[in-house]
Amino acid sequence: MNTPAAVELRKTALNSVHRRLGAKMVNFGGWDMPLEYSGIIAEHQAVRTRAGLFDVSHMGELEIRGPGALALVQWVSCNNAAKLNVGQAHYSGLMTSRGTFVDDLLVHKFSDTHYLLCVNAGNQDDDFRHIVANNQFDAEIENSGPRYSQLAIQGPRATETLQKLTPSPLDSIRYYHFAFGKVSGVDCLIARTGYTGEDGFEIYFAPEYSEKLWADLMQAGESAGMIPCGLGARNTLRLEAGMCLYGHEIDDTTTPWEAGLAWICKMEKAPFLGSDVLAQQKQTGLPRKLVGFEMLDKRIGRDGYPVLIGGHEAGRVTSGCPAPFLKKNIGMAYVPPNSTAVGKEIEISIRGQAAPARIIALPFYKRPQ
Amino acid sequence: MYPADYRYTKQHEWIKVQGDTGTIGITDYAQQELGDVVFVDLPKVGAKISGGKSLGSVESVKAVSEIYSPVSGEVTETNPLLVDAPEKINTDPHNTAWLIKLKLADPKEVAGLMDAAAYEAYISEQAKEHSA
Repeated sequence: MNTPAAVELRKTALNSVHRRLGAKMVNFGGWDMPLEYSGIIAEHQAVRTRAGLFDVSHMGELEIRGPGALALVQWVSCNNAAKLNVGQAHYSGLMTSRGTFVDDLLVHKFSDTHYLLCVNAGNQDDDFRHIVANNQFDAEIENSGPRYSQLAIQGPRATETLQKLTPSPLDSIRYYHFAFGKVSGVDCLIARTGYTGEDGFEIYFAPEYSEKLWADLMQAGESAGMIPCGLGARNTLRLEAGMCLYGHEIDDTTTPWEAGLAWICKMEKAPFLGSDVLAQQKQTGLPRKLVGFEMLDKRIGRDGYPVLIGGHEAGRVTSGCPAPFLKKNIGMAYVPPNSTAVGKEIEISIRGQAAPARIIALPFYKRPQ
Repeated sequence: MYPADYRYTKQHEWIKVQGDTGTIGITDYAQQELGDVVFVDLPKVGAKISGGKSLGSVESVKAVSEIYSPVSGEVTETNPLLVDAPEKINTDPHNTAWLIKLKLADPKEVAGLMDAAAYEAYISEQAKEHSA
């Protein structure tokens, strides 16, 4: 990590808006981002029960074009993009030749010859280089992050809020689908995606309209009780929903099998980067597996804390925090594959003290249908 | 904002001294930095604590923060309010949400701590560094 003094942090087009709102700002992946406005718990509850607005313009966008676009996407990622329809998106992994994660991402199919990948802020430059280095398909690759701002409108009242500003019929955009339309008169990609476990949308648009769209959305969401939400709530929401975060549950040492992401790893489309290693790991077995746990007392098993099984260190917590909606302390951790049974009691070593915990099923939270 | 009869540390604890008893808590600046407090881990009554050493921890949603004792002494009381309502630290850090009471080993130790004016000057410097 670069020190803040040495490197200027990158800013989204909404930086001054966040500061005016009094947000607590943090360095996230080299970006100066809002951690919280009114407080993580209040923001988390707003998204679970009403609506929240997030500036996620730090997220990277890469676009792949040309006759070789699908072949390139298929080679570098583990989900099967050949199954996507135009206007559909899916969650996937950008793979190393070792079958581990360069990044996780959303793949949007614009056309047979045009895909948009939404990737993590801190990885976008590495992702771009990795895809370029593996482009034997003569596809055109654009690092188009600077051309997009992105806002996430999330929560049970997100749809009604966004609908006030767009003629596009949002009910016709199904989960993990998208459409192009106007929001407040601004051209947007309107995707029914999110990272909170709630229904909602992520909209992509030219950065010069950021302040207008933020202001119009805040006003449209007022009657629904929508509030601005920062990366703190984004993290507690995604963890409650059992979603992985790059650098925590997944990185370039973890495979999709270990991370419980077999559902995005489609071996039937092999070969792709790392597919030989992944096939082999499926045969020989996993060294570790990701599980969810809940603490059995009031303590909190946090990121990096050792997991004890039978009194011995057997793994590490990847993410752990209080779950504001579920009102208990939860986390995810890697444990040996023979210790993953739901109900199994484990311990988390918290500053040298063993605190009791229990393995529970993922996701911790599932929204009511 | 910062009571004039308290003394303060650079780690953002306060102490209020009455006779040979010191009441210790964290400052409003500290609670703002932490965000929503969800758990407080305090020492047992009778524990002997050295000045500058950890007396326990305060956890917010996002982080755990060690709390350092401003002075040396023996714990005589811990705040029962914080067992079920740790979030009181966010709303009343200087009064009802105190952490522990100590029987001071040496009341003269307090003289080495900042007064309210010095502490306010110190945190305004901290805030400048943050926004730089």
